[in-house]
Amino acid sequence: MSAAAIQVRDVSHQFGEEGETRHVQALQDTSLDVAKGELLCLIGPSGCGKSTLLNVMGGLIAPSTGTTTVSGKPVRGPMPHDISFIFQENALFPWNTVLENVVLGMTFQGVPRSEREDRARRALEAVGLAEFAQHYPGQLSGGMRQRAALARALSLETDILLMDEPFGALDEQTRMVLGEDLSVLLSQSRKTIVFVTHSLGEAVFLADRVAVFSARPGTIKQIIEVNEPHPRKPEFMTSPKFHRLRDQLYGLLHDEIRKAMTESSQARRRYGDKDAAPAAEGDA
Amino acid sequence: MTAGRAKGWNDRTLSRLVQLGFAVVLLLAWYLAATWGQVSHLLLPNPVEVWHQFIGILASGEFLPDLRVTLTELAVAFAISTSLGISTGYFVSRSPYAIKVFEPLFAGIFSIPIILFLPLYVLFFGLGPASKIALGATISFFPIVLNTIAGFGNVDRVLTTAARSMGASNLQMFRHVLLPAALPVVLAGLRMGFTVALLSIIGSETIASLAGLGHRIVNLAENMDMARMFAYIAFVVAIAAFLNAAVSALEARGRR
Repeated sequence: MSAAAIQVRDVSHQFGEEGETRHVQALQDTSLDVAKGELLCLIGPSGCGKSTLLNVMGGLIAPSTGTTTVSGKPVRGPMPHDISFIFQENALFPWNTVLENVVLGMTFQGVPRSEREDRARRALEAVGLAEFAQHYPGQLSGGMRQRAALARALSLETDILLMDEPFGALDEQTRMVLGEDLSVLLSQSRKTIVFVTHSLGEAVFLADRVAVFSARPGTIKQIIEVNEPHPRKPEFMTSPKFHRLRDQLYGLLHDEIRKAMTESSQARRRYGDKDAAPAAEGDA
Repeated sequence: MTAGRAKGWNDRTLSRLVQLGFAVVLLLAWYLAATWGQVSHLLLPNPVEVWHQFIGILASGEFLPDLRVTLTELAVAFAISTSLGISTGYFVSRSPYAIKVFEPLFAGIFSIPIILFLPLYVLFFGLGPASKIALGATISFFPIVLNTIAGFGNVDRVLTTAARSMGASNLQMFRHVLLPAALPVVLAGLRMGFTVALLSIIGSETIASLAGLGHRIVNLAENMDMARMFAYIAFVVAIAAFLNAAVSALEARGRR
């Protein structure tokens, strides 16, 4: 058990109070161990609480009940020296250049001034953005922006990386290439990574283990082992093993997605379109 | 027949020419009406005479005391409304509940013509600069506080969350995230506040005052010194245009 980088014990979380229109039971009695150095994907229907779980692990949300431990320490808030985040949306500061963004992350984390620029340049080199250090985020494509966000997270040199649908807003080709690059980077860094995704293919391609969520109130339904060494080659995607795992995942998810869809349409009927919004909010 | 680029250039030149022509025709009509028309000199002084007066005012420097009064009122009023507006706006923006309470309140008050309360201000603060400062500060407070609330209240959540996850302290959050995110909107509020402060101060000087550019203009009108009054109006227009241009330039620089 001491090998676990992250321990989640009986975590439940609700948004709003019981009885309110906006009350959402996002997570229910979830327990999970993330082993040191593994890449764990969280997958499930929208609104199932997978992003909530990620934010709980990272100390951005205090759960209603239950405990989380990171490297043996209880999580009570952000732990910038242990955990870095990558978000779905563009979380770069638009008024800073790519280099300044990476440096600023280290400023927040408390890295000595003299080290910041060197480390920032090395991180940008690692994600292939060295030539774009002086560009502003607005001048980059979506894929390059997420690379920059990855560089910012890598420069913080944390053991744990939490990624919330980092490629969710990108087109399929870009996310495939970024996925391959990520697999290479990870095999070198041996970081512990928890990765939230909607994409079955992405989950199988990247993960050592995939945790499948049930529909809301979300909890982990099953965990699937992938057992394929990193870095993974594009050929893996055409292998029978890949397809078998992907189909298995789809089988597990299919019923939950139906359930989630029925529930959200009922919520829509109950509160009118506008108030059904907590479904989306609860996932955030 | 014509290339797009040449056409764009022609359009711009043409519209400038039309604007210039319009001004020239207006001046000419004024000159003709005042010189040969049957228009009373009391209503419409000759533009040549106005020009002479204008040069005379500039050369003698007699505008200085009035200009100093008006600019001092403006500076003090703007300093008050800026410090109160930005600090109030920032603290309101920290709580969604406070935004819900105060934003509509400030927007509502901003939409009524506050200049109507000038008699009250004169009663409270006297005929001197104090009443102009108080009125100017009141009126310009609203666009500044409203834009400050909007600027600091609408900072993208993902940016603050990201900064928090990387360990930003409250001071770092303000300095590196909130301030740069809010600055363009706050600066636009300051420019609007400056404009309305200038308008209300000169306006209230023309209604009830002891000194100032607005006071001088009304005084000249009451003495039927029309050419001189027109010259002073031109002078105030030039000053206002210069100040507004300077503030816009500062705003553009602040946005970087």
